[in-house]
Amino acid sequence: MINRFLIPVVVFALLVVVLAIGIKHSPEKGIIPSPLIGKPAPQFSLPSLGDPARTVSSATLRGRWYLLNVWGSWCGTCREEHRMLLEVRRSGRVPLIGLDWKDDDSQALGYLQQLGDPYEFVAADRDGRTAIDWGVYAAPESFLVNPAGIVVYKCMGELTPDIWEKEILPRLPQAQAARS
Amino acid sequence: MRLGIAICVAGAGLALAGAAWAIDTTQMPTPELQARYEGLTHELRCVQCQDNDIADSPAGIAEDLRRQVREMLLAGKSDDDVRNFMLARYGDFVLYSPRFAPKTAWLWIAPEVLLLVGALVAWRVVRKRSRLVSADTEPLPEDGSP
Amino acid sequence: MLPELGHFALILALLLAALQAFFGIAGPMFRRERWVSAVTPAVAGQAVMVAAAMGCLIASFVNEDFSVAYVAENSNSALPLFYRVAALWGAHEGSLLLWIMLLAVWTVAVAVYATRLPRLFAARVLGVLGVISFGFLLFTLATSNPFLRLDPPALDGRDLNPILQDPGLAGHPPVLYTGYVGFAVAFAFACGAMLQGRMDQNWARWTRPWVTAAWAFLTCGIAMGSFWAYYELGWGGFWFWDPVECASFMPWLVGTALIHSLAVTDKRGLFKSWTLLLSVLAFSLSLLGTFLVRSGVLVSVHSFAADPSRGVFILSFLIVMIGGALALYAWRAPLLKSPAGFELGARESFLLFNNVLLVIAAATVLAGTLAPLISGALKLGTVSVGPPFFNPMFMLTMLPLLALLSIGIHASWKRGRLGTQQRTLLYTFVAAAVLGCGLVYGIYSHGHLLTPVGATLGLWIILSSLVDPVDRLRRRLSLPRAVVGMTIAHIGLAIAVIALTTVQSFTNERDVAMAPGGSATVGGYQFRFDGVRPIEGPNYDGVGATLVVTRNGSAVAVLKPQKRQYWVQHQVTTETAIHYSRGNNILVALGDDLGASRWSVRIQIRPLVSFIWIAAVIMALGGALALSDRRYRLAREAATAPAGTAPEHA
Repeated sequence: MINRFLIPVVVFALLVVVLAIGIKHSPEKGIIPSPLIGKPAPQFSLPSLGDPARTVSSATLRGRWYLLNVWGSWCGTCREEHRMLLEVRRSGRVPLIGLDWKDDDSQALGYLQQLGDPYEFVAADRDGRTAIDWGVYAAPESFLVNPAGIVVYKCMGELTPDIWEKEILPRLPQAQAARS
Repeated sequence: MRLGIAICVAGAGLALAGAAWAIDTTQMPTPELQARYEGLTHELRCVQCQDNDIADSPAGIAEDLRRQVREMLLAGKSDDDVRNFMLARYGDFVLYSPRFAPKTAWLWIAPEVLLLVGALVAWRVVRKRSRLVSADTEPLPEDGSP
Repeated sequence: MLPELGHFALILALLLAALQAFFGIAGPMFRRERWVSAVTPAVAGQAVMVAAAMGCLIASFVNEDFSVAYVAENSNSALPLFYRVAALWGAHEGSLLLWIMLLAVWTVAVAVYATRLPRLFAARVLGVLGVISFGFLLFTLATSNPFLRLDPPALDGRDLNPILQDPGLAGHPPVLYTGYVGFAVAFAFACGAMLQGRMDQNWARWTRPWVTAAWAFLTCGIAMGSFWAYYELGWGGFWFWDPVECASFMPWLVGTALIHSLAVTDKRGLFKSWTLLLSVLAFSLSLLGTFLVRSGVLVSVHSFAADPSRGVFILSFLIVMIGGALALYAWRAPLLKSPAGFELGARESFLLFNNVLLVIAAATVLAGTLAPLISGALKLGTVSVGPPFFNPMFMLTMLPLLALLSIGIHASWKRGRLGTQQRTLLYTFVAAAVLGCGLVYGIYSHGHLLTPVGATLGLWIILSSLVDPVDRLRRRLSLPRAVVGMTIAHIGLAIAVIALTTVQSFTNERDVAMAPGGSATVGGYQFRFDGVRPIEGPNYDGVGATLVVTRNGSAVAVLKPQKRQYWVQHQVTTETAIHYSRGNNILVALGDDLGASRWSVRIQIRPLVSFIWIAAVIMALGGALALSDRRYRLAREAATAPAGTAPEHA
């Protein structure tokens, strides 16, 4: 028969393991893993930023890779991230689609004018409904979507060169680079 | 005991200068809808001010999610429709009441299992001790003090 | 100069704690009489050094020495003196120093009391307390030194978090920590007994008052925090099962179980190893709470700046202290046997059920609190656990506990027959059910199953626990203070149950948009909004609203909630206005400016809510009375008799 006086120390050992793993994961505490990974990207049809008469929609993106970047002119981290986005644009590896989240159009345009426009097009999500569909909760966020329209990766927070190198580039096919 | 709530600057970027408590003046057309609305907004966790439900969270996203709940209820959707809508977008994180699903059911089962184990242990202790009663000649405590 | 002195004092305290731990544990082990004699001076020296360090930090706050990083981060020249002192424990480093200070105070109290304990046992107890002090002092010095300087010094401080600028800050943390830390004494008593390999009924008698005292402080501390949250945050809630609330509640539940199992060990010599385990667990859960609050592994509203390196340190400390104690337990506990027996239905059996249910309740809270971590460790994805889980699951263990309480206090030791008590119980139950359901349906005219059940159980506890004491008084029999204390504590619990179930079911709350002159009716009260005017305080400005409350045309109160903007941190706080009327708390909070001079206002009427906190005070009062019982004084005197100093076989 097992020694029942050993039970507490065994339970405690398990608790320590859980707490240790908790400490290891604590830097990413509060990051909500997206349930969209591996699922079809949400559809959207929104006015284009700067040209409200024109509608931009996710349907036109079918059949190619794209990186949907959620941003807003009110968002400080987006400003920090912007240089990296321009780099991405320059590299030509994947088109950037902007989702301007709960923003004022004229301020957003001024922001792009001042910092440069890395996006193929920007959809203006003024009331934040599309952002909810994408499970957005804090800008900036970036979603990598494949030609089949499946979300393959989500970057929460600033898109850093490190994440670009380690998480996004390996997921993109080589051919994509050659074509553009 | 919910101190420090206003330091809610979770997530990147969204600066919440002067976040206080949200006071949501929504009035649903019927008391029944109002009760369901209040129930759901207290059950859904704010994805940004993560130590709060969306009813009380001052974050902008909480306001958007409240609007979403409102519209869905007014459109005749059920509570589960609302929960599933949120679940599909934000995952299990948004439900303060974990689902009874394969990955979260253990939490609901654990207390009952513990109660069963506790009952078993108590039963064994009582059975063992009740056999010792006749041999036990120790004097009993007299005054009624505990 | 002062901060350096304080830092130096902390280092000396660390060395003295090391000596206290070494002499206290090694002295009895190697039978070195002089080592044993050195323990008490080390205790005294350590306490003086910790007090000196604390004094230095307070002086730095009072003198507005913004060259000290901790002061610069948590104070400001515009901060009133009162908050400059209380700001000491407004953040991680200082609150840790408070923890250490309180541990030193408890240790000195034990050292004074220890003159009446067997010498070697007392040395071991103080030695174990020394290990705990050493760990926390090392933690402070290594990762959380409050005396670090800024170079160059800050021109002014970044101010105390405005949410904490409330009188509640002066009371809640010290009282709560006194409770938390107090369980260290029971832990040390348990370790002392296990180190010497012997534990008798005297041990239980020595330990009981310490546990009761710590429990009473913890009860008050938790209630103060709940009350503070209720009136300060403009939210009107008093409990949210936040990880940090749970962290304080788990030791309370286990401490409550410990009080009851100690009674059995004391009176009948039973449950010895179980009592030891609970003594270890109560403090272990306090330590776990410290870990959860300060390591930042969970999302919580109590945002002490999170730092994984602190988490690693506390976890290592947990492994040494708790792991060590539990290993000692696995080794020594099998030696403890008792020949005593009892029947099903005897008082022992009810106290056993009490313990099982309380420990399961604590385990449930623990599972819910750690669920995000467990889920993460098992790669099951994210999960959130909130009131919709905790409320029903907690009830699952509490309802049987409350139902058994009334019977338990009438059961006799050893024998399971209730005898004439059966009738008493039946009568009181019927009376409670009629009264409870009658009151609930009479006042509210509609039902919510929980409230009549809660009212019935609560009233049953009150009525049935009064039967015996009243009977004794009528027959002019003596009434030991321990009995009075127990009765009062149980009545406190019953009041809390009645209040909680009523609040849960019958709270009236509305968030309304109001323009000047506009009015709203909530729960039979009329609220007229008279607009807002600017206000200004020492370090903030804002707006204050005026609401006139009437009931059927007669004036009830004029409520003036505020919304403040603190200058330094640009943070907005809501100051609620509360009026107590006919058993209800009327709470009003001012929300946002909706434009066109309309404001959002929260109006909330909570019945009996004050009784939740009053009940906690009553429970603590019961504890205080019980521990003043003369039995414990007699026990101390008996312990100095030769029998208590019998040679040890460690």
